[in-house]
Amino acid sequence: MKLSNKTKVLEQGEMTLAERMYLPAIVGGMATTLKHFFSKPVTIRYPEQKRYLGPVYRGQHILKRDEAGAERCTACGLCAVACPAEAISMVAEERKAGEETLYREEKYAKVYEINMLRCIFCGLCEEACPKEAIFLRHDTMVPVFHQRDEVIWGKDKLVEKMDHRYLRDGWK
Amino acid sequence: MELINTVFIAKAIIVGVVFAITLGVAAYSTYFERKIAAFMQDRIGPDRAGPFGILQPLADAVKMFMKEDFIPANSNKWLFIAGPCLSMLTALMTSAVVPFGDTVTIGGATFDLQGIDVNIGILWVFGIVSLGVYGIMIGGWASNNKFALLGAIRAASQNISYELAMGMAIITILMITGSLSTKEIVEVQQNGHWNIFYQPLGFLIFIICAFAECNRTPFDLPECETELIGGYHTEYSSMKLGFYLFAEYINMFISGAVMATLYFGGYDYPGVDFVTQQFGSNVASFVGVGALIGKSLGFVFVFMWVRWTIPRFRYDQLMNLGWTGLIPLAMYNVVVTGFGILVGKPFMVSIAGLVLLIAALFVYDQLLVKKKIA
Repeated sequence: MKLSNKTKVLEQGEMTLAERMYLPAIVGGMATTLKHFFSKPVTIRYPEQKRYLGPVYRGQHILKRDEAGAERCTACGLCAVACPAEAISMVAEERKAGEETLYREEKYAKVYEINMLRCIFCGLCEEACPKEAIFLRHDTMVPVFHQRDEVIWGKDKLVEKMDHRYLRDGWK
Repeated sequence: MELINTVFIAKAIIVGVVFAITLGVAAYSTYFERKIAAFMQDRIGPDRAGPFGILQPLADAVKMFMKEDFIPANSNKWLFIAGPCLSMLTALMTSAVVPFGDTVTIGGATFDLQGIDVNIGILWVFGIVSLGVYGIMIGGWASNNKFALLGAIRAASQNISYELAMGMAIITILMITGSLSTKEIVEVQQNGHWNIFYQPLGFLIFIICAFAECNRTPFDLPECETELIGGYHTEYSSMKLGFYLFAEYINMFISGAVMATLYFGGYDYPGVDFVTQQFGSNVASFVGVGALIGKSLGFVFVFMWVRWTIPRFRYDQLMNLGWTGLIPLAMYNVVVTGFGILVGKPFMVSIAGLVLLIAALFVYDQLLVKKKIA
């Protein structure tokens, strides 16, 4: 059955004299490798040089604050539900009077933890979030960890610092 | 007694220097192998150990020594140890007869820059190279491992097959020179009368056989990773493996030196007379040493270049090429060379022989090989 016209029928006929002598093909191949020998390497020396991975690269998680500096997360738990690796867990708490500058909504996450060993960096939490609170940064990767207690990241590491705000390329 | 002592000391120094150069070149061949591979694949290669990675061989050596030296429980322990030793020994012994330079006169005494000038120089090379397969064979057999044994058997049969064609190629050189001594072969080629011009076909056969003898790609079936894990050195680790790999690089360098000696005029280089007149014959000799080593390194580069270009032969293709391709060609070459010597115009006859060969192949192809009708 013919599904498309892309099929290319290869006919392997008898090899010609030049092909059976191997040498012309060998010389041709050696010319190709010699050409590459003098061409510029394409290597990027990774730890020193980093390539730009695009504005949609899914790197380290960040819990955003709004312009006034209040945490956007309202601990609805949709990110935890959406997470296919079950890496996110949280404990919700009601906002007390006087905490309006700290938390944007009436409910907030007292504890918000991501297990970085479980996380697969799929970005579904980012898509599930109704409050635009969690993002995967395009510019930073989760650093390598060597100890078990470095694996679970709490709010201290996740919440955005006001003096070092995250702005994705393409945002205003 | 005094004279013997001087000669002995001079020879000891020459042997020591040749030994050191060989080992140094072999060590840095590993580095250049990786660099050349990288360049041919548009990469950079090792560049972390020292500037441009030139300390990489040192790091590799440290790694090799630090690894666990493992001897399999059911192996034949002594033969297992003897294998790499024999490989290394034979690899190093070959360089004894290579004339590294012309004579040097120091303090009234004249020395050849050569380990030993025996009148059977080329036979010595062949004898030692044939012994080289014992190292691989013994190592592969003593490992008590099917893959290692298969690799060893492949190495043995391959070396035997290709030694025949190689010997035939050499015979033409002996016919031209009339001597087995490597020194004399080089002397005949002085002033640009390099054998490559008289023996293009012989050189082609010789270099192909040299690839096979050194177990280099496209003939590296003895250590064929895809089929035999590591071939004869599957069970080896630590510096024993290092010795096997080192022996391969030494063989490469020495076969380059032998090819330069036989076909590329040895220590001959353009402008010998000029250098001799300007700076004296000693300087000219040392420049000649540089020329020979340069030629050898050029061949090492060709070995690596081919390795990163051509895929491995299948085993039946290898045997087919050796027995039905190269040996008849080498015989034809002997006949053509003999005719050339008889007529007295070796250069013209060798070129005519090459043209005749290609014409004959073409005619044969046109007449007898069935073409598929397009």
